[in-house]
Amino acid sequence: MADPLLSVRDLRTFFYTENGVARSVDGVSFDISAGETVGLVGESGCGKSVTALSLMRLIRPPGRIEPGSQIKFDGLDIAALDEKSMREIRGARLAMVFQEPMTALNPVFTVGDQIAEVVRVHHAGSKKEAWDRAVKMLETVGIPSPAQRANEYPHQLSGGMRQRVVIAMALIMNPALVIADEPTTALDVTIQAQILELLRDLQQKFGTSILLITHDLGVVAETASRVIVMYGGEIVEEAPVSDLFARAHHPYTEGLLNAMPQVGHERERLETIPGSVPPPTKWPQGCRFHDRCPYAWDRCATEHPPLYQIGGGHVSRCHLAVEPERRAQKHEPMVVA
Amino acid sequence: MADTTTASRSFVRRLLRQPGARWSVIAIALLVVVAVFGPSVLRHIQGYGPNDQLQIVQLKNAPPSWAHPFGTDRLGRDLLSRVVTGAQISLAISVVAVALSITVGTAYGLVSGYAGGWVDAVMMRILDGFLAIPRVLLLIALATMADRMPLWKLVLLIGGTGWFGVSRLIRAETIVLRRSTFIESAHALGASMTRTMWRHVLPNVLTPVIVFATLSVGNVILLESGLSYLGAGTKIPTASWGAIFNDGMGSAGDVWWVLLFPGLAILITVLAFNVLGDALRDVLDPRHLHASHTPQIAEAATSATPEKNG
Repeated sequence: MADPLLSVRDLRTFFYTENGVARSVDGVSFDISAGETVGLVGESGCGKSVTALSLMRLIRPPGRIEPGSQIKFDGLDIAALDEKSMREIRGARLAMVFQEPMTALNPVFTVGDQIAEVVRVHHAGSKKEAWDRAVKMLETVGIPSPAQRANEYPHQLSGGMRQRVVIAMALIMNPALVIADEPTTALDVTIQAQILELLRDLQQKFGTSILLITHDLGVVAETASRVIVMYGGEIVEEAPVSDLFARAHHPYTEGLLNAMPQVGHERERLETIPGSVPPPTKWPQGCRFHDRCPYAWDRCATEHPPLYQIGGGHVSRCHLAVEPERRAQKHEPMVVA
Repeated sequence: MADTTTASRSFVRRLLRQPGARWSVIAIALLVVVAVFGPSVLRHIQGYGPNDQLQIVQLKNAPPSWAHPFGTDRLGRDLLSRVVTGAQISLAISVVAVALSITVGTAYGLVSGYAGGWVDAVMMRILDGFLAIPRVLLLIALATMADRMPLWKLVLLIGGTGWFGVSRLIRAETIVLRRSTFIESAHALGASMTRTMWRHVLPNVLTPVIVFATLSVGNVILLESGLSYLGAGTKIPTASWGAIFNDGMGSAGDVWWVLLFPGLAILITVLAFNVLGDALRDVLDPRHLHASHTPQIAEAATSATPEKNG
C-alpha cells in the first residue's frame, strides 16, 4: 500500500495547567488514506477536538504537542514545521470546518468576502478572481442564487446555509484533508442530513479525505468508512464502520452503541454509560475506563491494556481480547457501587 | 454592494429614530458648517476679524446690538466673530486630539489584548502607571511651564493623554474576540496573526471605538475650554471658547454676554456630542442588531415545525 495521506504516531498533547498536567491526547496513532473518510468518536473531554487542533498545529499555551509526537501529512512533518510553512498549509492543503456555524463566520464581512479572503491569504488570485471563485464555490456547496448570497452577511443566512459557507471556506483551496469538528451538531436533524450528504458529494467530487469528529455514531455510520473511538485521551477501538456496528469489542464502544436510539426497538429508556470522563489531569490507573466498565476485574485496575489486534483491521484496548470469557460476568460498574 | 448601501441606510434610519439623535445630528452639522465657513464669511461681511480691536473706547463691553449681535468684550472685539472662530478652533482641537488618542488607544489595546500573556501584562502595567497620573493637573503643569505653547503642542498633549481609557476598552473587546470561533477559523484557514488582528478583530471593535470617539469629542471640548479658561490652554489672543470665557471673567455680572454666548456654544456642542454618542451606542449595540433579526429566527422556527408531524 502507498503511504497514507496522514500518518499520526504517538501524538501526545499536554496542557500545563495550575491543577497539574492535563494529558488530553496521550499517545494517539492512526492513518488516513487519500480519499478516505474516517470518523473520530467519543464523549466530550475524550480528546477528539484537541487531536484535531493538534493536527492543525493550533494548540496554544499552556498546551503543547509533546516532543516525540509525529504527524506526517502529505510528505511533511507537521509536528516539526515552522509557523510560516504551517500557515501556507492551513486552509490550502489541510482545512478545518468548525462546529458552530453561528460563530465561525465574522459578523462584519459578507460571506463572499470571507470565502474570497481564504484565496487572498494564499495568494491564489486577484481580488476579482478570488470573488469569482467564492461565488462559484457557494454554488458548489448548494447555495441558491450564489452571486446574490455572496453579498449577504452571516446573520442574513440560516444555520444550514452558514454551515455550507463554512464548508465552502474550507474547500475553496481544494485541500487534501478536511477536519470537520462536529459539523452538524448545532443543526436541525433535517439540515444535518443535508450537510452530511453535501460532505459526501464534495468528497467524491474532489477526492478530499475527511476526518469527521463527532459524538454521534449515527453520523459516522452514514458517512465514514472507518471509525476511531477515543476515550481518556487515547484510542480505545478502531475498526471498519460495518465491523464496529456488528461486533463492537470495547465495553465503552458497546456503551455508546447502547446509548443510541434504534428504529424498531421499543425501549422504555436509552441506556447510559454511568459516570463521566475523568479529568485529563488524573486518568485512572490501569484501564482508563475500568471504573465505569461493567466487565472490569482486578487486572483492569492495575494493568494498562495495549491495543489488541482482534482481526480484520479491528483493534481494541481491552483485556477482554485475551480473556474473552470475562464478558459473561457482567456486573455493576465501580462508580455506581 | 447594493446590500451595503441598504444596510447603511437602515442604520441611519435607526439612528435618527433615537430620541434626540436627530437634533444632535442637526446641531453638529450646523456647527461644522459654521466652523468651516463661518470665520471667513463673517470677515467678508463685517470687514474685521475676531482679534481686531474696534474703537476700543466706544465699543468696550458694548451690549448686544444689531451691529454686534453678541456684543463686544473689554478690548472692543466683536464677540460673534470670536465665538464663530472659537467653533473652528475648539472643534479642530478636539477632533484632532480625539483622532490621535483613539488611534493610539485602539492600536495599543488591540496589540495588548491580542498578544496576551506577558506582553499584555507588561503593556497593562505601563497603562496602569499612565492612568495614575492626574490628567488635568499634568496638562496645566506642562502648559504653564511652556509659555505660549503652539496649538499643535496642545493638541498633542490632550490627544497623548486621552488614549488610556479607550485602550482598556479595546483590549477587553479583543480578548473576547480572540477566543471566538471565527478568529480560530481564520487561523485554521492560514491567516497570520497580524492579518487576523487587522482584518478580523479590528472591524469588530470599531463599534465601541465610534461611540467612545463621539463621547470623547464632547469631553475634550470641555477639557480644552477648562484649560483655556484657566489660562493653560490656547494663548491670547486665540479665540477658543474657553479663552473667550476667560476674557469675560474680570467683569462678570455686568457684561453677561461675554460669558453667555461662549458658554451656550460649549453647552450645545457638548450636549449634542453626548446625545449622539448615546444614540450611536444604542443603535450599534449588537443586542439591538439581534432584535432586528428576530423575524428571521421566527421564520426559521416555523419552517422547521413540519418535522414534528413526521
